[in-house]
Amino acid sequence: MILEAVRLALRSILRNKLRSFLTILGVVIGVGAVIAMVTVGQGSSQQVSASVQSLGSDMVVLRPGQRGFGPGSGPPARRFTLRDSDALAHLPVVRSVAPTANASATVVFGNANVSTSITGSTEAWAEISNWTFASGRNFSASEARAGAPVCLLGQTVRTKLFGASDPVGQQVRVKAISCTVVGLLGAKGAGSFGQDQDDLIVMPVRLVQRRLNGNDEVNAIQIGIAPGVSTAEAIGQITDLMRDRRRIGMGQDDDFSVTDMKEVASMLNSINSVLSGMLSSVAAVSLLVGGIGIMNIMLVSVTERTREIGIRLAIGATGRQVLTQFLVEAVVLSLFGGLIGIIVGLALAWGAGRFMAIPFAPDPLVVLLAFAFSAVVGVVFGFFPARRAARLDPIEALRHQ
Amino acid sequence: MAAPLIEFRNVSRVYGEGEAEVRALDGVDLRIEAGEFVAVMGPSGSGKSTAMNIIGCLDRPTGGEYQFEGVPVQDLSPDARALLRRHYLGFVFQGFNLLPRTSALENVELPLIYKGVSGPERDARARAALAKVGLQGREGHDPSQLSGGQQQRVAIARALAGSPTVILADEPTGNLDSHRSHEILTLLQELNRDEGITIVMVTHEPDIAAYAKRLVVFTDGKITRDEPSAALAPGLTGAAP
Repeated sequence: MILEAVRLALRSILRNKLRSFLTILGVVIGVGAVIAMVTVGQGSSQQVSASVQSLGSDMVVLRPGQRGFGPGSGPPARRFTLRDSDALAHLPVVRSVAPTANASATVVFGNANVSTSITGSTEAWAEISNWTFASGRNFSASEARAGAPVCLLGQTVRTKLFGASDPVGQQVRVKAISCTVVGLLGAKGAGSFGQDQDDLIVMPVRLVQRRLNGNDEVNAIQIGIAPGVSTAEAIGQITDLMRDRRRIGMGQDDDFSVTDMKEVASMLNSINSVLSGMLSSVAAVSLLVGGIGIMNIMLVSVTERTREIGIRLAIGATGRQVLTQFLVEAVVLSLFGGLIGIIVGLALAWGAGRFMAIPFAPDPLVVLLAFAFSAVVGVVFGFFPARRAARLDPIEALRHQ
Repeated sequence: MAAPLIEFRNVSRVYGEGEAEVRALDGVDLRIEAGEFVAVMGPSGSGKSTAMNIIGCLDRPTGGEYQFEGVPVQDLSPDARALLRRHYLGFVFQGFNLLPRTSALENVELPLIYKGVSGPERDARARAALAKVGLQGREGHDPSQLSGGQQQRVAIARALAGSPTVILADEPTGNLDSHRSHEILTLLQELNRDEGITIVMVTHEPDIAAYAKRLVVFTDGKITRDEPSAALAPGLTGAAP
């Protein structure tokens, strides 16, 4: 009987293709939007957790200036120098430090040139920030100390300058410096904010300070925490040392910040989920509207087919069978909508993922839920019209023109 | 003695209340035995359609008792009456009442679907019913592709497909010319004679009623005549009316 009802429902849906399509449009949009939102949201949170991993474990970043204030507010930010990072390296809670000095410059190899960011740091940088080497080697401690003209290329820079060939051993020119490529970094992909992490060149910090920036400042100090030490304790000791070195008295605010990158990542993640939750609930409203559309059309259909219902009742259909028929029709209709919506939603999420450079992460559970939910929409909004059909008086229904 | 197939005992059907009260049926007694072919006549508003609706279990008396094969119908639930219609009754309407945009075969299959007959058996029984009314080869036609007489024969095939005890025909020839009417009435006579199906037929016209074996006339909610139908019975002698 159910099978019969499904067949019947398909026939009546196909009989009015355009009307059926317009009826389910609301459900298509609702399900599509929810699927797209959730899928994009999950993709970006996957990306955030991937970039947390790529940040390296147990790493904090020390920066001048108060956290949470934009430039110009708070006490003037005093820069750090290499002496600060040397002092930090002696703390027992610190495993390793990588002071970084940033610059940007055009890098030239043969006819090719590319504008990129330059990170000046020490040999500890690759390990703390969790970089791998695709080929070649890291620069050595002595090269770093001496500020030797050597550099590491990120994958994006390598592709722009060398294409697919191996740059190790080649000479590139960064402003006036001619330096030897000793290593090629492994790819990291997009970061938490969607920036390309592979678009960089790494050089010894002293080289960058002397030849590119012309000062002895470092922009930030990346600090690897010793094993078995909690992040909070390490941050405490680092803060104490820095307050002492910068002669910040009791009651005065820090003029620097220590950021636990994992904390940032988890904050990003929660912003992410709040945002996609909110968008999904907006999308869910259109599911409701879609349901009402189905109810409307089913009511029209019941009125239109009053005579048919009368005939069926006279021939021996029970009220329950008529109810089933119309309910199944509503459910089949909204399942169609759900199915198309899932396809549309996944396609949208895939397209958006490509556009925003985040991974495409369809969740089978969410897809299943959306499908089940569209069935529920059919049952809920199909029930009232179906009950109206089932309660028709056969004599009246047969007389209906 | 076995209970009659259809028995009205002092059946009344009252619509409305108080001032607006209309007594469509007013204490009707009627017995129809299995195998009869009864024509029901009467002016509009005489109660004949109400009586048909009650016989067809589509409506219930407000007073008295209606028994179908000894079962008091007025006490049955709507579902039980639906089952009674499904298994014992076939309907033929003046306006044919076929499902539009649905082939003749599928229309005839309809009662079988509700009876739970499926697959090849349903197909075979529906085709057999269509063949019996002379419509083999038209199984795939929509009602709109068939003439009025053919549509009514599809309707009769649909009533037949459920193997009913009784066929209730409400002015089955009301929309047909005299030649088609004769065909339909002859078909009903054959079904009555050869298949032993009891037929109750409402009509306005005496010469249509003449095809039946018994004539019942309603006036103002009461039966005023109940007699063997005019013995001319043209269908039995094969003469056109």
